[in-house]
Amino acid sequence: MIELQRLTRAFGGRGGVRDIDLGIEDGELIAIVGPSGCGKSTLLSLIAGLDAPDSGVIRIDGRDATALEPKERGVALVFQSYALYPHLDVSRNIGFPLEIARVPKAEIAERVRQTAERLAIGHLLDRRPKQLSGGERQRVALARAIVRRPRICLFDEPLSNLDPALRAQMRVEIRALHRELGATFVWVTHDQAEAMTLAERVVVLREGRVRQLGPPREIYAHPVDTFVASFFGAPTINLLEDQTIGVRPENVTVGSGGLDRVEAHEGRVVLVEPLGAETWITIDTGKERITGRGDPDLAIGERVFARWDPATSLRFRSDGTRSDL
Amino acid sequence: MSRRLFAALAAFFCAAPFLWLVLTALRPEAELTRLGPPSHLSSTAFVRVIREQPLPRAMLNGFLVSACTTVLAIALGSLAAFSLARLRPPGRSVILAGALAVSMFPPIATVGPLYELLSRLGLLDHWAGLVLPYTTFALPLAIFLLTRAFEDIPEELFRAARVDGCSPLSALVRVHLPLAAPSIATAALLVFIAAWNELLYALTFLSTPERRTAPVAIAMLSSEHAEPWGEIAAASTLATLPLVVLALIFQRRIVSGLTAGAVKG
Repeated sequence: MIELQRLTRAFGGRGGVRDIDLGIEDGELIAIVGPSGCGKSTLLSLIAGLDAPDSGVIRIDGRDATALEPKERGVALVFQSYALYPHLDVSRNIGFPLEIARVPKAEIAERVRQTAERLAIGHLLDRRPKQLSGGERQRVALARAIVRRPRICLFDEPLSNLDPALRAQMRVEIRALHRELGATFVWVTHDQAEAMTLAERVVVLREGRVRQLGPPREIYAHPVDTFVASFFGAPTINLLEDQTIGVRPENVTVGSGGLDRVEAHEGRVVLVEPLGAETWITIDTGKERITGRGDPDLAIGERVFARWDPATSLRFRSDGTRSDL
Repeated sequence: MSRRLFAALAAFFCAAPFLWLVLTALRPEAELTRLGPPSHLSSTAFVRVIREQPLPRAMLNGFLVSACTTVLAIALGSLAAFSLARLRPPGRSVILAGALAVSMFPPIATVGPLYELLSRLGLLDHWAGLVLPYTTFALPLAIFLLTRAFEDIPEELFRAARVDGCSPLSALVRVHLPLAAPSIATAALLVFIAAWNELLYALTFLSTPERRTAPVAIAMLSSEHAEPWGEIAAASTLATLPLVVLALIFQRRIVSGLTAGAVKG
C-alpha cells in the first residue's frame, strides 16, 4: 500500500506536483497519465526516493517513507531509456541489484537465470547492452527490476521507445507478469490508450494536480471536465457550442439521410479517414467541426448531416467542469 | 596528400626539440657545439648521468611524488566532480569558478607563503611537502575534466543505480568511475606530467640532495664553471622517457577522453 498525502514538489517551471493525495492498493496495476510536464515523472521519482518532496508524506505499507533512501523502500523502477549499465554484460546488469544487496553469488546466478528465462532473454546473458535491440534492452531492464522480487515496481514510460507492434506485445506480457508477481505496478505514460488497456485504475494528472481517479472505462464514460474528456479517446471527443456539449465520435452518425432525430447538424465533409473496421468523417458546419462514423464513400465537400442521441452527450460549464454530474 | 604532409610537418615541429635533445645527448663531447650530424654516436653522457649523478634516485623520488599526487588528485577530484555533476550542491558554479581561480595563481607568487606554511607543518624537505601543493594545483584540472566526464554519463544511469540500491558513493565507484575511465586516464596523466616536471617548488622546498626530483637534479648538473650540455641532454632524455611510455600506454584512452562528449553515441 502506497499512500501519498498532500505531496508537493515545485520546480521553477513545469513538471512539479501539488497537493497530491493518492492511495495505491497492494497488487494493483495503476496508471498515472497526463500530457508532458504534468508532473507524472516527478511523482514517480518521489515514490522511488530519487527526489524529496517540499512538503507532504509518503507512506509505504503504513511506514513513513518520506525521508528513506531509495534502497530502503523496496521499490524497483524501469526507465524509458532502459538505463542499462553499458560496461556490464546482460547477466551482471540483471544481477546488479542483488550484487549491491550482497546476495551470495550462487543465488544471484540462479535468480538471474530464472528471471532471464521468464522474459525470454536467457540466450543474451553474455551480451553487452549495445549489442541488443530496443525490445531486448527493454526486457533486460524489466528483468533487472523484477529480479529482486520487489513489492512495488514503477514504470516510467517504458514502452515509448518501442515500435507499435512490439509495444502491444509488451503490454500483454506486462499484464501477465503483473498477475504472476502479485506486486504493485505503477505505470506512468502520456499515452491514454496504453493507460486504458493496461491499468485497473487510472490517475489523470494535469499541471501537477490529480484531475480524476478511477477505472479506465469510468474515466472514459464520465470525465469530470473537458480536459479529461478530450485526453481520453481517439478520435478526440467533439466539444460543441463553446465547449459546453461533448459528444464522443462513436456516438455520432454522419450521413445524408433524413432528419429523424433531434440533434442534427448540417455541414460539408472536410475529412474522410477509413480505418477498415471504422470510417471517421469530419464535417464543418460553418461554426465548428464534428467527427463521427460514416460511409467511406462520402466525398469531400459533400453536404451531409451529423446526428446523435442527446442521451449520449456530456454537458460542461464554461469553466470546463461537468454540469450534468 | 597535402593533409598528410601537414600532419607530418606538425608532428616534426612538435618532436623537433626532443629529437635535438636526444641527438645532443648522443653526440661525442668534442662535437657538442657543432651543428650538423655527429661523426659518431656516443653513450658516454648517458653512462655518466646514470653512474655518477644522482639521477636514477631523483627519478625514483619524482615518480613517488608524482604517483602520490596523481592518486590523491584523482581520488579527491572524482569525489568533488561527482558531487558537482550529480548531487547538485547549492553554489555549484561558485565552487567551479573558485577551483578555476585557484589554478590561476602563479606558482611563483605562492612560493613564499607555502614555504612558511610547510616549515611550520614540519614538511619542508619532505616528499609530503611537495605532494600537498602539487595536489592543490592539480585538483582544479582534475575536477574540471571529471565533472565534464560525469555530466556526460546519462543521469538515468545514476538514478537506476540509486534505485538498484547504491548509495551515491557506490554509484560513483560501480557505475561512474568505470564509465569515465578514459577521462580519468587523461586527467591522471596530465596531473602526473605536471607533478613530474615541476621545478620551482621542488627546488625551493627540498634541500637534501638525496630527496631531489628529476628536474631539480637536472638543474643541479650545471655549476658555476661548467655547463655539461651532453649530460644535461642525456638526463633530460631519460627524465622524459617515463612520460613517453605512459602517454603511449594510455594513448587511445586519452584521445577518447579529450573528445568525450564531442560526439554522442
